[in-house]
Amino acid sequence: MFKEFAKGLSITFKHLLPGNSTTVQYPTVKLKPSDRFRGLHRLVPSQDREKCVACYLCPTVCPAKCITVESAENEKGEKYPKVYTIDMLRCIFCGYCVEACPVEAIEMTGAYELANYKREDFQFTKERLLK
Amino acid sequence: MTPEMLSLSNSPGLFVGIMLVKILVVFGVTMLIVAYATWCERKVIGHMQTRLGPMRTGWHGLLQPIADGIKLFFKEDLVPSESTKVPFLLAPMMILVPALITVAVIPFGPDLSVGGFLIPQQITDLNVGVLYILAFAGLGIYGIVLAGWASNSKYSLLGGVRASAQMISYELAAGVSIIAVFMLAETLSLREIVALQQQDLWGICSFVPNWYIFTQPLAFCLFIVTGLAEINRTPFDMPEAESELVSGFCTEYSSMKYALFFMAEYANMIVIAAIAATLFLGGWSAPLNIGIFTMIPGFVWLLLKIFSMMFFFMWLRATFPRVRYDQLMRMGWKVLLPLALANVVITGLVVVIVQ
Repeated sequence: MFKEFAKGLSITFKHLLPGNSTTVQYPTVKLKPSDRFRGLHRLVPSQDREKCVACYLCPTVCPAKCITVESAENEKGEKYPKVYTIDMLRCIFCGYCVEACPVEAIEMTGAYELANYKREDFQFTKERLLK
Repeated sequence: MTPEMLSLSNSPGLFVGIMLVKILVVFGVTMLIVAYATWCERKVIGHMQTRLGPMRTGWHGLLQPIADGIKLFFKEDLVPSESTKVPFLLAPMMILVPALITVAVIPFGPDLSVGGFLIPQQITDLNVGVLYILAFAGLGIYGIVLAGWASNSKYSLLGGVRASAQMISYELAAGVSIIAVFMLAETLSLREIVALQQQDLWGICSFVPNWYIFTQPLAFCLFIVTGLAEINRTPFDMPEAESELVSGFCTEYSSMKYALFFMAEYANMIVIAAIAATLFLGGWSAPLNIGIFTMIPGFVWLLLKIFSMMFFFMWLRATFPRVRYDQLMRMGWKVLLPLALANVVITGLVVVIVQ
Protein backbone atom coordinates (compact mmCIF):
# COMPACT_ATOMS: atom_id res chain seq x y z
CA MET A 1 0.00 0.00 0.00
CA PHE A 2 2.71 2.49 0.95
CA LYS A 3 4.63 1.62 -2.21
CA GLU A 4 1.62 2.69 -4.28
CA PHE A 5 1.28 5.89 -2.27
CA ALA A 6 4.92 6.74 -2.97
CA LYS A 7 4.48 5.89 -6.63
CA GLY A 8 1.50 8.22 -6.95
CA LEU A 9 3.30 11.01 -5.13
CA SER A 10 6.37 10.63 -7.32
CA ILE A 11 4.27 10.89 -10.49
CA THR A 12 2.63 14.12 -9.40
CA PHE A 13 5.99 15.48 -8.29
CA LYS A 14 7.49 14.71 -11.69
CA HIS A 15 4.69 16.71 -13.28
CA LEU A 16 5.50 19.62 -11.00
CA LEU A 17 9.01 19.95 -12.41
CA PRO A 18 9.27 22.71 -15.03
CA GLY A 19 8.57 21.86 -18.66
CA ASN A 20 5.79 19.36 -18.02
CA SER A 21 2.86 21.66 -18.68
CA THR A 22 0.69 20.94 -21.68
CA THR A 23 -1.23 24.21 -21.50
CA VAL A 24 -1.09 26.56 -24.51
CA GLN A 25 -1.51 30.20 -23.47
CA TYR A 26 -4.26 30.61 -26.05
CA PRO A 27 -4.74 34.21 -27.04
CA THR A 28 -0.99 34.88 -27.06
CA VAL A 29 0.11 31.49 -28.39
CA LYS A 30 -1.97 29.77 -31.04
CA LEU A 31 -1.71 26.22 -32.24
CA LYS A 32 -1.74 25.73 -36.00
CA PRO A 33 -4.83 23.72 -36.93
CA SER A 34 -4.30 20.59 -38.98
CA ASP A 35 -4.56 20.75 -42.77
CA ARG A 36 -7.84 18.86 -42.64
CA PHE A 37 -9.32 21.26 -40.06
CA ARG A 38 -12.87 22.31 -40.96
CA GLY A 39 -13.04 26.02 -40.22
CA LEU A 40 -14.48 28.98 -42.06
CA HIS A 41 -15.42 28.34 -45.73
CA ARG A 42 -13.69 29.99 -48.63
CA LEU A 43 -14.92 30.30 -52.21
CA VAL A 44 -12.03 29.57 -54.55
CA PRO A 45 -11.44 32.24 -57.18
CA SER A 46 -10.27 31.54 -60.73
CA GLN A 47 -8.78 34.22 -63.05
CA ASP A 48 -11.60 36.72 -63.26
CA ARG A 49 -14.47 35.20 -61.24
CA GLU A 50 -15.24 32.57 -58.63
CA LYS A 51 -14.95 28.95 -59.66
CA CYS A 52 -18.51 28.24 -58.52
CA VAL A 53 -20.96 27.39 -61.32
CA ALA A 54 -24.10 27.66 -59.15
CA CYS A 55 -25.09 24.02 -59.54
CA TYR A 56 -27.03 23.96 -56.22
CA LEU A 57 -25.33 20.74 -55.03
CA CYS A 58 -24.04 22.35 -51.84
CA PRO A 59 -27.37 23.78 -50.58
CA THR A 60 -28.93 20.41 -51.45
CA VAL A 61 -26.46 18.36 -49.47
CA CYS A 62 -26.17 20.81 -46.56
CA PRO A 63 -27.78 19.16 -43.53
CA ALA A 64 -28.15 22.46 -41.70
CA LYS A 65 -29.62 24.25 -44.73
CA CYS A 66 -27.35 27.22 -44.17
CA ILE A 67 -26.26 27.90 -47.77
CA THR A 68 -28.28 30.23 -49.99
CA VAL A 69 -27.45 30.27 -53.71
CA GLU A 70 -29.09 32.23 -56.49
CA SER A 71 -27.78 31.53 -59.96
CA ALA A 72 -27.55 33.90 -62.90
CA GLU A 73 -25.91 34.03 -66.29
CA ASN A 74 -23.15 36.43 -67.18
CA GLU A 75 -22.52 38.07 -70.56
CA LYS A 76 -20.43 35.07 -71.79
CA GLY A 77 -23.41 32.82 -71.05
CA GLU A 78 -21.76 31.12 -68.06
CA LYS A 79 -23.73 30.24 -64.94
CA TYR A 80 -22.48 31.98 -61.84
CA PRO A 81 -23.85 32.52 -58.31
CA LYS A 82 -25.41 35.96 -58.07
CA VAL A 83 -25.91 35.36 -54.35
CA TYR A 84 -23.89 32.95 -52.31
CA THR A 85 -24.43 33.28 -48.55
CA ILE A 86 -23.50 30.96 -45.71
CA ASP A 87 -25.24 31.51 -42.37
CA MET A 88 -22.41 30.74 -39.96
CA LEU A 89 -24.84 30.53 -37.05
CA ARG A 90 -26.53 27.51 -38.61
CA CYS A 91 -23.44 25.89 -40.17
CA ILE A 92 -22.26 22.75 -38.42
CA PHE A 93 -18.89 22.60 -40.21
CA CYS A 94 -19.53 19.09 -41.56
CA GLY A 95 -17.71 19.75 -44.81
CA TYR A 96 -20.36 18.08 -47.01
CA CYS A 97 -20.48 21.14 -49.26
CA VAL A 98 -16.80 20.71 -49.99
CA GLU A 99 -17.32 17.02 -50.76
CA ALA A 100 -20.35 17.68 -52.95
CA CYS A 101 -18.80 20.43 -55.07
CA PRO A 102 -18.02 19.09 -58.58
CA VAL A 103 -15.64 21.94 -59.48
CA GLU A 104 -13.81 22.31 -56.14
CA ALA A 105 -15.09 25.85 -55.83
CA ILE A 106 -15.52 25.76 -52.04
CA GLU A 107 -13.00 24.72 -49.42
CA MET A 108 -12.58 25.02 -45.67
CA THR A 109 -9.83 27.05 -44.07
CA GLY A 110 -8.23 26.91 -40.64
CA ALA A 111 -9.94 30.07 -39.38
CA TYR A 112 -11.82 29.25 -36.20
CA GLU A 113 -12.15 32.57 -34.37
CA LEU A 114 -15.61 33.40 -35.67
CA ALA A 115 -17.18 35.10 -32.66
CA ASN A 116 -19.00 38.34 -33.37
CA TYR A 117 -21.44 40.82 -31.87
CA LYS A 118 -24.33 41.04 -34.33
CA ARG A 119 -26.39 38.35 -36.05
CA GLU A 120 -25.86 40.07 -39.41
CA ASP A 121 -22.12 39.67 -39.01
CA PHE A 122 -22.50 35.91 -39.24
CA GLN A 123 -24.02 36.11 -42.73
CA PHE A 124 -20.98 35.41 -44.89
CA THR A 125 -21.68 36.82 -48.33
CA LYS A 126 -19.91 35.93 -51.57
CA GLU A 127 -17.52 38.86 -51.19
CA ARG A 128 -16.50 37.84 -47.72
CA LEU A 129 -16.15 34.18 -48.68
CA LEU A 130 -13.95 35.01 -51.67
CA LYS A 131 -11.32 36.69 -49.47
CA MET B 1 20.62 42.30 36.78
CA THR B 2 19.19 39.32 34.95
CA PRO B 3 16.31 40.39 32.71
CA GLU B 4 12.91 39.28 33.99
CA MET B 5 9.94 38.10 31.96
CA LEU B 6 7.79 41.01 30.81
CA SER B 7 4.36 40.73 32.41
CA LEU B 8 1.30 42.82 33.18
CA SER B 9 2.53 43.43 36.75
CA ASN B 10 6.03 44.81 36.11
CA SER B 11 5.33 47.07 33.12
CA PRO B 12 1.66 47.22 32.10
CA GLY B 13 2.02 49.83 29.34
CA LEU B 14 4.89 48.10 27.56
CA PHE B 15 3.22 44.72 28.01
CA VAL B 16 -0.05 45.78 26.37
CA GLY B 17 1.81 47.56 23.58
CA ILE B 18 4.03 44.59 22.80
CA MET B 19 1.05 42.25 23.03
CA LEU B 20 -0.89 44.30 20.48
CA VAL B 21 2.09 44.39 18.14
CA LYS B 22 2.56 40.64 18.44
CA ILE B 23 -1.13 39.93 17.82
CA LEU B 24 -1.22 42.24 14.80
CA VAL B 25 1.94 40.78 13.31
CA VAL B 26 0.88 37.16 13.82
CA PHE B 27 -2.64 37.85 12.52
CA GLY B 28 -1.29 39.75 9.54
CA VAL B 29 1.22 37.06 8.64
CA THR B 30 -1.42 34.36 9.02
CA MET B 31 -3.87 36.18 6.75
CA LEU B 32 -1.11 36.78 4.22
CA ILE B 33 -0.22 33.11 4.22
CA VAL B 34 -3.92 32.24 3.88
CA ALA B 35 -4.25 34.51 0.85
CA TYR B 36 -1.15 33.25 -0.87
CA ALA B 37 -1.79 29.64 0.11
CA THR B 38 -4.78 29.73 -2.24
CA TRP B 39 -2.55 30.97 -5.04
CA CYS B 40 0.15 28.41 -4.21
CA GLU B 41 -2.37 25.61 -4.07
CA ARG B 42 -3.81 26.48 -7.46
CA LYS B 43 -0.33 26.78 -8.91
CA VAL B 44 1.04 23.57 -7.38
CA ILE B 45 -2.03 21.48 -8.20
CA GLY B 46 -2.16 23.00 -11.64
CA HIS B 47 1.40 22.06 -12.44
CA MET B 48 0.95 18.61 -10.94
CA GLN B 49 -1.95 18.09 -13.33
CA THR B 50 0.24 19.44 -16.18
CA ARG B 51 -1.68 22.70 -16.29
CA LEU B 52 -0.35 26.16 -15.45
CA GLY B 53 -2.81 27.43 -12.86
CA PRO B 54 -3.62 31.15 -12.75
CA MET B 55 -1.50 33.07 -15.27
CA ARG B 56 -3.46 36.17 -16.29
CA THR B 57 -3.74 38.32 -13.16
CA GLY B 58 -0.33 39.84 -12.64
CA TRP B 59 2.93 38.03 -13.19
CA HIS B 60 2.09 34.31 -13.19
CA GLY B 61 -1.22 35.12 -11.53
CA LEU B 62 0.32 36.66 -8.43
CA LEU B 63 -2.60 39.06 -7.99
CA GLN B 64 -5.13 36.22 -8.12
CA PRO B 65 -5.88 36.17 -4.36
CA ILE B 66 -6.65 39.90 -4.48
CA ALA B 67 -8.86 39.47 -7.53
CA ASP B 68 -10.66 36.57 -5.82
CA GLY B 69 -11.12 38.62 -2.69
CA ILE B 70 -12.57 41.57 -4.59
CA LYS B 71 -14.85 39.30 -6.57
CA LEU B 72 -16.19 37.53 -3.49
CA PHE B 73 -16.58 40.82 -1.66
CA PHE B 74 -18.78 42.33 -4.36
CA LYS B 75 -20.94 39.27 -4.88
CA GLU B 76 -24.55 39.31 -3.77
CA ASP B 77 -24.84 38.07 -0.21
CA LEU B 78 -27.73 35.63 -0.36
CA VAL B 79 -29.47 34.28 2.72
CA PRO B 80 -31.89 31.49 1.76
CA SER B 81 -35.42 32.39 2.87
CA GLU B 82 -35.95 28.93 4.39
CA SER B 83 -32.74 29.06 6.43
CA THR B 84 -32.47 29.68 10.15
CA LYS B 85 -31.04 33.17 10.03
CA VAL B 86 -28.95 33.63 13.17
CA PRO B 87 -27.02 30.34 13.04
CA PHE B 88 -26.65 30.81 9.29
CA LEU B 89 -24.88 34.13 9.84
CA LEU B 90 -22.96 32.88 12.85
CA ALA B 91 -21.59 29.66 11.34
CA PRO B 92 -18.83 31.10 9.09
CA MET B 93 -17.45 33.12 11.98
CA MET B 94 -17.62 30.11 14.26
CA ILE B 95 -15.37 28.24 11.86
CA LEU B 96 -12.85 31.01 11.21
CA VAL B 97 -12.37 32.26 14.76
CA PRO B 98 -11.20 28.97 16.35
CA ALA B 99 -8.90 28.46 13.38
CA LEU B 100 -7.24 31.85 13.83
CA ILE B 101 -7.24 31.85 17.63
CA THR B 102 -5.18 28.66 17.79
CA VAL B 103 -2.16 30.43 16.32
CA ALA B 104 -1.84 32.36 19.61
CA VAL B 105 0.07 29.60 21.39
CA ILE B 106 2.55 28.79 18.63
CA PRO B 107 6.03 30.01 19.65
CA PHE B 108 7.98 31.55 16.79
CA GLY B 109 11.35 32.36 18.28
CA PRO B 110 13.54 32.57 21.38
CA ASP B 111 12.94 35.20 24.07
CA LEU B 112 14.01 38.70 23.09
CA SER B 113 15.76 40.90 25.63
CA VAL B 114 14.44 44.49 25.32
CA GLY B 115 15.06 47.19 27.94
CA GLY B 116 15.81 44.79 30.74
CA PHE B 117 12.82 42.60 30.03
CA LEU B 118 12.52 39.21 28.38
CA ILE B 119 9.84 39.18 25.72
CA PRO B 120 8.73 35.74 24.55
CA GLN B 121 8.17 35.42 20.80
CA GLN B 122 4.77 33.87 21.27
CA ILE B 123 1.45 35.61 21.83
CA THR B 124 0.77 33.72 25.02
CA ASP B 125 2.44 30.77 26.69
CA LEU B 126 -0.32 28.67 28.20
CA ASN B 127 0.80 25.87 30.46
CA VAL B 128 -1.98 23.80 28.85
CA GLY B 129 -1.12 24.96 25.34
CA VAL B 130 -1.88 21.73 23.56
CA LEU B 131 -5.16 21.21 25.39
CA TYR B 132 -6.13 24.70 24.24
CA ILE B 133 -5.34 23.76 20.65
CA LEU B 134 -7.33 20.54 20.85
CA ALA B 135 -10.24 22.35 22.48
CA PHE B 136 -10.42 24.95 19.74
CA ALA B 137 -9.99 22.36 17.04
CA GLY B 138 -13.04 20.70 18.56
CA LEU B 139 -14.98 23.98 18.55
CA GLY B 140 -14.44 24.31 14.82
CA ILE B 141 -16.94 21.49 14.27
CA TYR B 142 -19.80 23.60 15.60
CA GLY B 143 -19.42 26.05 12.74
CA ILE B 144 -19.63 23.31 10.13
CA VAL B 145 -22.56 21.52 11.75
CA LEU B 146 -24.42 24.80 12.26
CA ALA B 147 -23.73 25.84 8.68
CA GLY B 148 -25.09 22.54 7.44
CA TRP B 149 -28.14 22.58 9.64
CA ALA B 150 -29.04 26.26 9.32
CA SER B 151 -28.90 26.20 5.51
CA ASN B 152 -31.99 23.97 5.44
CA SER B 153 -30.74 22.08 2.40
CA LYS B 154 -30.17 18.35 2.24
CA TYR B 155 -26.67 18.58 0.79
CA SER B 156 -25.59 21.03 3.46
CA LEU B 157 -27.11 18.92 6.20
CA LEU B 158 -25.39 15.79 4.89
CA GLY B 159 -22.11 17.69 4.78
CA GLY B 160 -22.56 18.89 8.33
CA VAL B 161 -23.47 15.43 9.63
CA ARG B 162 -20.52 13.87 7.86
CA ALA B 163 -18.20 16.55 9.23
CA SER B 164 -19.30 16.00 12.81
CA ALA B 165 -18.92 12.22 12.64
CA GLN B 166 -15.57 12.48 10.90
CA MET B 167 -14.12 15.10 13.21
CA ILE B 168 -15.22 13.36 16.37
CA SER B 169 -13.70 10.05 15.33
CA TYR B 170 -10.46 11.55 14.09
CA GLU B 171 -10.00 13.99 16.93
CA LEU B 172 -9.73 11.01 19.24
CA ALA B 173 -6.88 9.47 17.31
CA ALA B 174 -5.18 12.86 16.90
CA GLY B 175 -5.36 13.51 20.64
CA VAL B 176 -4.09 10.07 21.54
CA SER B 177 -1.25 10.27 19.02
CA ILE B 178 0.18 13.44 20.57
CA ILE B 179 -0.12 12.05 24.10
CA ALA B 180 3.05 10.11 23.29
CA VAL B 181 4.83 13.45 22.84
CA PHE B 182 3.71 14.68 26.25
CA MET B 183 4.91 11.47 27.86
CA LEU B 184 8.39 12.31 26.59
CA ALA B 185 8.20 16.05 27.23
CA GLU B 186 6.30 15.86 30.53
CA THR B 187 4.77 19.26 29.80
CA LEU B 188 1.86 20.68 27.81
CA SER B 189 3.45 24.09 27.26
CA LEU B 190 4.49 24.48 23.62
CA ARG B 191 7.36 26.78 24.65
CA GLU B 192 8.92 24.11 26.81
CA ILE B 193 8.27 21.38 24.24
CA VAL B 194 10.26 23.42 21.71
CA ALA B 195 13.02 24.06 24.26
CA LEU B 196 13.27 20.32 24.98
CA GLN B 197 13.58 19.59 21.28
CA GLN B 198 16.68 21.77 21.01
CA GLN B 199 18.73 19.40 23.15
CA ASP B 200 21.05 16.79 21.66
CA LEU B 201 19.41 13.83 19.98
CA TRP B 202 18.89 11.15 22.67
CA GLY B 203 21.67 12.88 24.62
CA ILE B 204 24.39 11.45 22.38
CA CYS B 205 24.35 13.04 18.92
CA SER B 206 25.45 16.63 19.50
CA PHE B 207 24.68 18.26 16.15
CA VAL B 208 21.23 16.75 15.51
CA PRO B 209 18.47 18.23 17.67
CA ASN B 210 16.19 16.03 19.72
CA TRP B 211 13.12 16.44 17.52
CA TYR B 212 10.25 14.22 18.54
CA ILE B 213 9.82 13.02 14.97
CA PHE B 214 12.94 10.90 15.50
CA THR B 215 11.60 9.27 18.66
CA GLN B 216 7.94 9.27 17.63
CA PRO B 217 7.77 8.73 13.85
CA LEU B 218 4.52 6.77 14.13
CA ALA B 219 2.86 9.45 16.21
CA PHE B 220 3.95 12.05 13.64
CA CYS B 221 2.42 10.09 10.74
CA LEU B 222 -0.77 9.47 12.72
CA PHE B 223 -1.02 13.13 13.61
CA ILE B 224 -0.61 14.22 9.99
CA VAL B 225 -3.28 11.80 8.76
CA THR B 226 -5.75 12.58 11.51
CA GLY B 227 -4.97 16.28 11.25
CA LEU B 228 -5.82 16.19 7.54
CA ALA B 229 -9.07 14.44 8.38
CA GLU B 230 -9.88 16.94 11.09
CA ILE B 231 -9.48 19.97 8.87
CA ASN B 232 -11.40 18.24 6.06
CA ARG B 233 -8.59 18.33 3.55
CA THR B 234 -8.39 15.88 0.69
CA PRO B 235 -8.27 12.90 0.75
CA PHE B 236 -10.68 13.27 3.64
CA ASP B 237 -12.81 16.15 2.33
CA MET B 238 -16.05 14.25 2.84
CA PRO B 239 -18.05 17.20 4.22
CA GLU B 240 -17.66 19.26 1.08
CA ALA B 241 -17.17 16.49 -1.50
CA GLU B 242 -18.06 18.39 -4.67
CA SER B 243 -18.83 15.29 -6.69
CA GLU B 244 -21.42 13.96 -4.27
CA LEU B 245 -22.64 16.82 -2.08
CA VAL B 246 -22.37 19.82 -4.45
CA SER B 247 -20.11 21.52 -1.92
CA GLY B 248 -21.44 20.19 1.34
CA PHE B 249 -21.99 22.55 4.22
CA CYS B 250 -21.14 25.67 2.21
CA THR B 251 -23.53 24.96 -0.68
CA GLU B 252 -25.95 27.73 0.32
CA TYR B 253 -23.30 30.32 1.13
CA SER B 254 -22.15 33.11 -1.13
CA SER B 255 -20.07 36.27 -1.08
CA MET B 256 -17.98 37.08 2.00
CA LYS B 257 -19.51 34.25 4.06
CA TYR B 258 -18.26 31.75 1.56
CA ALA B 259 -14.89 33.49 1.61
CA LEU B 260 -14.81 32.99 5.39
CA PHE B 261 -15.20 29.22 4.93
CA PHE B 262 -12.41 29.31 2.43
CA MET B 263 -10.15 31.32 4.71
CA ALA B 264 -10.96 28.97 7.58
CA GLU B 265 -9.91 25.98 5.52
CA TYR B 266 -6.51 27.48 4.82
CA ALA B 267 -6.10 28.89 8.32
CA ASN B 268 -6.79 25.39 9.63
CA MET B 269 -4.15 24.05 7.29
CA ILE B 270 -1.65 26.56 8.67
CA VAL B 271 -2.61 25.62 12.23
CA ILE B 272 -2.18 21.89 11.67
CA ALA B 273 1.14 22.51 9.96
CA ALA B 274 2.27 24.80 12.78
CA ILE B 275 1.25 22.30 15.48
CA ALA B 276 2.97 19.44 13.68
CA ALA B 277 6.07 21.61 13.27
CA THR B 278 6.04 22.63 16.93
CA LEU B 279 5.35 19.22 18.43
CA PHE B 280 7.43 17.02 16.15
CA LEU B 281 9.80 19.18 14.08
CA GLY B 282 11.33 21.35 16.77
CA GLY B 283 9.19 24.46 16.27
CA TRP B 284 11.37 27.45 15.50
CA SER B 285 14.68 25.64 16.24
CA ALA B 286 17.20 24.97 13.50
CA PRO B 287 17.36 21.50 11.92
CA LEU B 288 21.07 21.13 12.77
CA ASN B 289 22.90 22.55 15.77
CA ILE B 290 25.50 24.25 13.55
CA GLY B 291 26.52 27.90 13.90
CA ILE B 292 25.19 29.17 10.55
CA PHE B 293 21.84 27.48 11.03
CA THR B 294 21.30 28.77 14.55
CA MET B 295 22.09 32.31 13.43
CA ILE B 296 19.00 32.39 11.17
CA PRO B 297 16.08 33.81 13.18
CA GLY B 298 13.56 31.35 14.57
CA PHE B 299 10.50 32.49 12.67
CA VAL B 300 12.24 31.71 9.38
CA TRP B 301 12.65 28.09 10.40
CA LEU B 302 9.08 27.90 11.68
CA LEU B 303 7.71 29.38 8.45
CA LEU B 304 9.89 27.04 6.40
CA LYS B 305 8.53 24.07 8.30
CA ILE B 306 4.95 25.31 7.96
CA PHE B 307 5.37 25.92 4.24
CA SER B 308 6.88 22.53 3.58
CA MET B 309 4.06 20.84 5.49
CA MET B 310 1.50 22.85 3.53
CA PHE B 311 3.22 21.94 0.28
CA PHE B 312 2.95 18.33 1.34
CA PHE B 313 -0.79 18.75 1.97
CA MET B 314 -1.25 20.27 -1.48
CA TRP B 315 0.79 17.48 -2.98
CA LEU B 316 -1.47 14.92 -1.32
CA ARG B 317 -4.50 16.74 -2.66
CA ALA B 318 -3.15 16.62 -6.20
CA THR B 319 -2.35 12.91 -5.90
CA PHE B 320 -4.94 10.96 -3.96
CA PRO B 321 -8.64 10.45 -4.61
CA ARG B 322 -11.18 10.98 -1.86
CA VAL B 323 -11.73 7.98 0.39
CA ARG B 324 -15.22 6.54 0.68
CA TYR B 325 -17.16 7.33 3.82
CA ASP B 326 -17.17 3.79 5.24
CA GLN B 327 -13.44 3.47 4.47
CA LEU B 328 -12.87 6.70 6.33
CA MET B 329 -14.72 5.49 9.40
CA ARG B 330 -13.13 2.06 9.34
CA MET B 331 -9.68 3.59 9.04
CA GLY B 332 -10.32 6.02 11.87
CA TRP B 333 -11.66 3.53 14.37
CA LYS B 334 -9.99 0.28 13.38
CA VAL B 335 -6.55 1.39 12.23
CA LEU B 336 -5.56 4.84 13.45
CA LEU B 337 -7.01 4.73 16.96
CA PRO B 338 -5.56 1.28 17.84
CA LEU B 339 -2.21 2.33 16.38
CA ALA B 340 -2.22 5.51 18.44
CA LEU B 341 -3.15 3.60 21.59
CA ALA B 342 -0.43 1.01 20.95
CA ASN B 343 2.04 3.83 20.42
CA VAL B 344 1.10 5.32 23.79
CA VAL B 345 1.48 1.95 25.54
CA ILE B 346 4.88 1.25 23.98
CA THR B 347 6.11 4.78 24.70
CA GLY B 348 4.98 4.39 28.30
CA LEU B 349 6.83 1.09 28.65
CA VAL B 350 10.03 2.52 27.18
CA VAL B 351 9.83 5.62 29.35
CA VAL B 352 9.41 3.48 32.49
CA ILE B 353 12.28 1.17 31.54
CA VAL B 354 14.69 3.99 30.65
CA GLN B 355 14.05 5.96 33.83
